[in-house]
This record gives sequence, structure tokens and C-alpha cells, in this order.
Amino acid sequence: MQSTAAVSVSASATASRGGARSEAARRPGGVRVCGLRGEALACPSLRISQSPARLAVARAAATNGAVAGSGGGFDYDLVIIGAGVGGHGAALHAVEEGLKTAIIEGDVVGGTCVNRGCVPSKALLAVSGRMRELHDEHHMKSMGLQVSSPGYDRQGVADHANNLALKIRSNLTNSMKALGVDILTGVCTIVGKQKVRYGKAGSQDKEITARNIIIATGSVPFVPKGIEIDGKTVFTSDHALKLESVPDWIAIVGSGYIGLEFSDVYTALGSEVTFIEALDQLMPGFDPEIAKLAQRVLINPRKIDYHTGVFASKITPAKDGKPVLIELIDAKTKEHKETLEVDAALIATGRAPFTKGLGLENINVVTQRGFVPVDERMRVMDADGNVVPNLYCIGDANGKLMLAHAASAQGISVVEQISGKDHILNHLSIPAACFTHPEISMVGLTEPQAREKADKEGFEVNVVKTSFKANTKALAENEGDGIAKLIYRSDTGEILGVHILGLHAADLIHEASNAIALGTRVQDIKYAVHAHPTLSEVLDELFKAAKLQPREGRDSKPRQPPQPLLKVLSFLTTLFSSPK
Amino acid sequence: MATAPAPLSLSASTLPARLRAGAVPAGARWRQARRGRMVVRAKIREIFMPALSSTMTEGKIVSWSAGEGDRVSKGDAVVVVESDKADMDVETFHDGIVAAVLVQAGESAPVGAPIALLAESEEEVPLALSKAQELSNGQPQQAPPAPTEDAAAAPPPPPAPAAAPAPVAAGTKGIASPQAKKLAKQHRVDLAKVTGTGPYGRITSADVEAAAGIQPKSKPAPAAAAPSVGAVPQAAVLPPVPGATVVPFTTMQAAVSKNMVESLAVPTFRVGYPIVTDKLDELYEKVKPKGVTMTVLLAKAAAMALAQHPVVNASCRDGKSFTYNSNINIAVAVAIDGGLITPVLQDADKLDIYLLSQNWKDLVKKARAKQLQPNEYSSGTFTLSNLGMFAVDQFDAILPPGQGAIMAVGASKPTVVADKDGFFSVKSKMLVNVTADHRIVYGADLAAFLQTFAKILEDPESLTL
Repeated sequence: MQSTAAVSVSASATASRGGARSEAARRPGGVRVCGLRGEALACPSLRISQSPARLAVARAAATNGAVAGSGGGFDYDLVIIGAGVGGHGAALHAVEEGLKTAIIEGDVVGGTCVNRGCVPSKALLAVSGRMRELHDEHHMKSMGLQVSSPGYDRQGVADHANNLALKIRSNLTNSMKALGVDILTGVCTIVGKQKVRYGKAGSQDKEITARNIIIATGSVPFVPKGIEIDGKTVFTSDHALKLESVPDWIAIVGSGYIGLEFSDVYTALGSEVTFIEALDQLMPGFDPEIAKLAQRVLINPRKIDYHTGVFASKITPAKDGKPVLIELIDAKTKEHKETLEVDAALIATGRAPFTKGLGLENINVVTQRGFVPVDERMRVMDADGNVVPNLYCIGDANGKLMLAHAASAQGISVVEQISGKDHILNHLSIPAACFTHPEISMVGLTEPQAREKADKEGFEVNVVKTSFKANTKALAENEGDGIAKLIYRSDTGEILGVHILGLHAADLIHEASNAIALGTRVQDIKYAVHAHPTLSEVLDELFKAAKLQPREGRDSKPRQPPQPLLKVLSFLTTLFSSPK
Repeated sequence: MATAPAPLSLSASTLPARLRAGAVPAGARWRQARRGRMVVRAKIREIFMPALSSTMTEGKIVSWSAGEGDRVSKGDAVVVVESDKADMDVETFHDGIVAAVLVQAGESAPVGAPIALLAESEEEVPLALSKAQELSNGQPQQAPPAPTEDAAAAPPPPPAPAAAPAPVAAGTKGIASPQAKKLAKQHRVDLAKVTGTGPYGRITSADVEAAAGIQPKSKPAPAAAAPSVGAVPQAAVLPPVPGATVVPFTTMQAAVSKNMVESLAVPTFRVGYPIVTDKLDELYEKVKPKGVTMTVLLAKAAAMALAQHPVVNASCRDGKSFTYNSNINIAVAVAIDGGLITPVLQDADKLDIYLLSQNWKDLVKKARAKQLQPNEYSSGTFTLSNLGMFAVDQFDAILPPGQGAIMAVGASKPTVVADKDGFFSVKSKMLVNVTADHRIVYGADLAAFLQTFAKILEDPESLTL
């Protein structure tokens, strides 16, 4: 999930000094204008950047964001609490908009994603992908390769993950420093309207004022009660990413993104895995068809078994010569079902917002299960349901969509509003990815969600699918497993959702997410050209396979000649192949 | 290949189209035609590999949506089949209990072959299971069924206890790892009968494999059991030693291991020969300053002897013929860090010892740097292994695959010898021992070769020519 952040970071980090800075800052403005259709840009979720904004950038860069702009006696235009990917994205955009910005971090810059989440896990998954390939003798042989007994060094793998996290963290820090964002260290509490206090926990001695405040404090692993974490045999993703051991048999509680990715890592490194899922199906968050195929590709052929419809009511770490004990109870009847004995248990039951000690009570805000209530503009709502002025909350702390890049997008949206340009983020255009081998990615609605919406609003939904089996590049890589699925309105051609399981699915999804963000319809995007042979042709085929309901007068204007030409071509093809 | 990516492959977009019952009745018709009696006798139905397209001859089971012991009703998708065109859900045509899965996920079966047995009620599950046994005993994996008449006539053998529906007992005993459970299902091993040797007495996949391979009577362990019994003993994996350090083979060590195991397939025999080396030692002293090593002298001598006895330089590649090599390439075993490699002195019979010495120096340097090219270590036609420098008196070597003979050279030692007139003297003597492939090299061949070899060494002037 983190590639986006990493890329933008390095881009700005390299152009860190002097005149280069303003150019780097300006770049995003230029990118925005791209689009396939003119009218797409009128879409409310996305605005065209205007030249005043660019001037502001130049100004901010010139003054290093200091003094200027922060009128009204505030220390800062914007204070961001939490320097994770969300806070970082907001900070960078705030500088671009000419705001004097500070970011307060109580731990390390980078937050969960960079230090204990997507970033180090990508390093582990990179290793697991290669191990998997090297171990797949059949696969290797079919490509004419011979490899004998590949092995790995656990510490080396762990170091790779740690080094990557360190590198990305320093990139993030440098990018903010270079743009003149003040990085303040300490735990932060909101003490009143537009005022925060920060410093060492217990003795927060520094107080600053800010015209606007963004809460971006993120989340921590959620551990259900009854589960005892010892960090060695029963642990969360925080510990697992350090890869201090590779157990023979590990139970993974929860089969969402985190659990699934770790099952990929552990099985590649030789562990056997048991999934424990409270819902009746594995991978409950995914489109059912994708989940089914994922089970066929990612679970069944591997050393994995699973228990569904059960809670792990009690987990005891290994001690006194006993293994890790997991008591399973039926999710519905709460009756004891079975006790598992395993070597380790990874708790991947989701994440809980980290909002304690923020002082929300000082401004009459009540969290809901820890989440900070916000409206669609990320404005914090108080206990009476009114908007708290000048206070925003983004990312995992508001729980809208717990993904690093979603937090960043929300942060940018908030900065837009602060700069006087109304902006509402379209959450349905935010892609998500699971970096298993092969990868899974998605954007928009699942098929059941789309059908429900269609029933409510009275339109027709169509679904088309393409297979990686028919893609030249995938076959060249000998990785034909996978499908792509497009859910769209058959009357307007609006794209409602795209789901991909297959080689590099996480990189392929953006064509679809951009199309949704820009409002591009299938009948338009199908004419966009894809290089051959590439994996992107899986999506190309998908768009081309999508047919609209015939409706008089619409879309009948002549396009390029492909249709008749294709007919001739396919006729010729049948001629040549028919003798058989 | 380079063009028209889109339109031609669009057909694949119909991916998991749901196949309605049509396919199974096709199988059912087939069944009635061939085995009408079965239908009347018992309410055990077979689920067949359906023909999903007109060109399909066999299908691969992608996954079973229903497992053994699951109750299914008419119209339920029970299995996903991958044909030559697409993956399809196949629905059952009857209500019942999936008693036995005959073709596991990942395996293939021809169109029309039974892939599972469906029992109408619980009572018939054991009957179905015994039938499944017959089927799998009859023909291990694929092949359409041709069950014999006695299948119907003979009373069903007593059902195995605790078989299908709930294979793993709850509770702490009999805990099996995920892979062990999968293997048990695949090989129809009853986990209740397997003794676990893993941590905390857990049943590991190795335990299940052992159970499947060693006790053919307990449960039919088709397919998998057969090859492992007939295979080379090396296939057996000993249980791990507690507390021991396990270091996996490096690539080179794995290659050595593989070659050594393969050598067991060759019938070899050994012939030893004593050789007096006084003159050879004299010569060695003379040529040593010029960079010639004993190894090169021995290799050269062997090459010269091989030139006169080409059969020893031959190899048997197919068990039916002699392959006479056109070159004499002497491979010399060299111990290097973490392994063993055999750099090859090519055309050792044609090159003089000085040139050979130069080549040898280069080869050893490359070997130590692990930079030998494949043709520099795998093109040998005869191998020389010398442990003389360690004062070994004699040893025998294992014949590497693809060669006809290997020579093991011991140390040269002062020995009291008597000549034919009864005079005693002390001479330096070494023992060489040749291992050869008896399919092509016979005792007399080897003896003659050794005699020639000894003559060359005992009068070594010819080596310098």
C-alpha cells in the first residue's frame, strides 16, 4: 500500500534545495490536469489547480514557510498531530499551498505504515515471492531453469525489512525538513480551541496555537480480550515484522489483508499456517468471487488450513513446556469447539484507533469506539453533532478507510479546504491492494455492494471478467493464475468497481481507480491504447468486453474504424483456423 | 504473437460460467449404459468428470467445493473443473453425502471417469468408502473405471472406524499440522492411527507420509505409496535428532549427493594393483622445479594407458551400448572449501606434461575461486582421485555417473620386495585401485589396463616424451 508514498517522498527529497524545490512542489499541480475527457475534469471530486495556487507554492518555498501567512497571531497556519503517511501527505501539500506548518510526533516519523506496517511487510513479501518462485520446481523447470535447494537466512531477511523501514523513514523526515515543515517531538494534547500542548508524556510544557489542526494519530493493532500477547509466541504485526522467529506452525487470527500477507510470508519461509476467522468465510472484505479464487490460489495449495465461524476466545503464550494454546468458540453459539496447540499465534484482527490522551474532552468531542467522528470533509464533529471549527481528523483515527494512501488523500483534501477551496474526497476511487503472490487489488464496490446499490437506485449492473490465462505477458512469466473483474452500470457506462487477482495486480489497479476518480466511463476508456505485450492488457480487454445497453441516439457517433476492421480480421482468422 | 492481443482472446472472459446439471447426466447416462446393475443395487452414485466442451478429453479438478462427509443437495456446486478452455462449477444431479473423493484437487481425470462417490444416506457411507477403496486399488489414479463383477457380489468389507465425516478427534491428542491433515486426506491416512513425532507429540506431514508409505494394509495409500517403495533408499528421511544443528546442503553438496545416489544404479567392481614408484619418484624430483606435479604425472600416465585400452575410457549411457569417447579427458578430484570438484585435464594423452601442468595450475586456481565453467569440470571421461598425500595406503572410489572407470591412488611407501631370484630389496610401492562399470569393462580389460599403466609408471621416461 505504500508505494505511492515512497515514490512521492523520494521525488521531493532529491529536489531538496534552492530553486529545485519550487519546481518539485509544482509538479503535482501539473499532473492533475491530465485526463481522457474534457468533461471528466468537471467532476466534483477533483478540481483543476489554478495558477494562484502555484504562486503560493513559490512563495512558500521562498520563505521556507516561515512567518508569512500566519496572520491573526497564531504560531502556525496548520499543526498536524502525528507524522505518519497521512500527516506527511498533508504537510507536503500544506507547504505547497503556502501554509506555515508544524507536525508533532510522539514516536518516530513515518507512523505505522513506514515502521510497523506496509513498508517492512513489503520487504518480507519481496523475499517470500522469490522464495516461492525458487521453490516451485515445476514452474522453474517449465521455464528451463534449474535451481537446487534454495534457502534463506532469517536474520538477513529481517535486516532487509528493517533497513527498508529506516530508509523510508529518513526519506520522509528529509522531505519534510527540506520543505520547511517544523517537526516537533512529543506527545500532544489539544487543550482548547486552536491550541495544543506537547512535550514528554506527563510534562507537556510547550504550548502552540494554530489556525487549523489536523488529528492524524493513526492506529495500533487491535487485540481482542482474552488474548495474552507476549511478543514471542503470541504477537501482533508489530512484532511479526521483526521476524525474530519462523515458527513451524503459526495460527493467524483474522484473514484480512494483514493475515493474508503474513500467511504468504510464513508459508514461503517454511511455516504451516492455520487461519482463524470469525466470519463464515475467509477474506470477508473481498469481492466474493475474488475471495473464492484467492482461496483456490493462495490457500488451498499451500500448507494452510483454517477454521471459520469461530472466535479465539483465549490464547495463552507458550510457557512451562507447553505450546501456544488457542481456545476456539463458535462465533454464534459461543460454545467451546476446539483447543488448538500451535507454536505461535499472530493476531491480525484489525486495528484500533490511537486517540487516547488527545484531550478531545476539552473540546466536547466524544470518540466512537475510539474513532474520532468526522463529516465527509474530515471536519471533527462534537458530541452534539456540530462541526468543531478548524479541527480535522484524517486516516486510521477517523476509521473511514484504514489505508495509508487514504489518510494521505484525506490530508490533502483537508489542506485544500483550509486554503479556501472546497473539496470532498471520493473514497470509492481509493484503491486497495493485498501484496500476496499473486497480488489482489480492488477499487470501488464489490459485486454484492454494487447490486444492492443498483436495486436501491434502480439501474442495471453488468459484470465482465478477463483472465490472466489469456495474457501474453502473464503467460511468458508463467503466471497465468488470476482474473480481473469489472462492475459497471450498463446504462451509463460508469465504472463501479474493479477487482483484480493476478500478477502485479496492485500496480494494475490504478488505471481503474483513476478512471473512477476522473469519471471516465467504459465506453471512453476502451479506446485508450495499452502497450503489447503487457499485463495492462488484462484491463484493456476488460474495458473492451464491457457492453452497454443499446440506447437510441447515444454513443453512436463514429469512432475510429476498428469495428469493421476487426470483423474482417476475425473473419480471416476463422477462415484460416476452420479446416481443423 | 506480437499483435492483436485483445479480440482473439476475449473468449476467456466467460470464465467461471456456471454449468448447469447437464454435465452430470451426461456422465449418468454413461454409467447406466455400462453398469446399469449398480444403480439398482445400492444408492451410491458416482460423480463423473463432465465433458465441458466438445474438445475436452480430460479435466483437472481445481477444487472441491464440497468435502468428504458433506451433505449436498441437487443443484449444489460440488466441484470446480478446469477444462482446456475455462474453469467451471459443476453441480450435483442428486441429493446425498459426498462419501469419497476419488480424484483430489490438482489431479486430472478423463471425461467420464468417476471423481467422487455420493451416498444417499449416512448408512451407505461405509459402503461407498469400501467401493472407493476398490476403485482406487484397481487403478491408482486416472483411467476410466472397469470395476470387476465381484464389486457387486462380494459383501462390503467392514468399514474402517472413524473414517469419513469427522476425521480429527477434538481434544489435545492427535493434533496434526495443517499440511499433515492435507496429506492424510490425500493419501487416505487415518490420523487417529498415526503416532506424532513432532513438537508436543504433534502429527507432522512426515509422520503421515511415513504412515502412507510403510503400512499399506492400514489404508490404501494409492499412487503416492507405490513410487516411494520402489525408489532409491535415499528417499527415506530419518527423524530429526533433537538438539542437532541442521545445515542444508549447498548447491555443490547437493549435486555431489545426487551423483552419489545415482551411482548406486551402476554395477561396479574393483581391481587393485601394486606399482613400484622409485623411478617415477626420481623423475618427479627432476621435473618438479619445472612446475610438474605428481597429479599431472599420474594423469598423463593414465591417459597414455587409456589410449591403449579405449574400453576403459568408454561409458555406458543407456545400458545397451558402449560409448567410446573420442578424447581422453582426465578428471581429477580436488577437495575445495565446502565440497569436491573434478577439474578436467582435456586431451591428456596428446598434451605434454608441461602444458598439462600449466593447464592444471589454471584449473585449480579457478576451482578454488569457484569459477570453473561446466565443460571444465563435467567433461571427464576417466577420473583420478589421489589421497596419497595423506599417507592413505589404499581406498576405493565411487564411479561417477557417465564414466566407465575411476582410479583411486594411495601413498607410495618403502616396502620390502623380493624379486624372482629371491633377492630382497626395499622399493617404493603404491597401490592403485580402479572402480569400473562392469556392464562395459570386464575384469580382464581392467587388469590389462592396469598392467599398461604400471609399466608406464615403472619406466616413466615415456611420460616426458
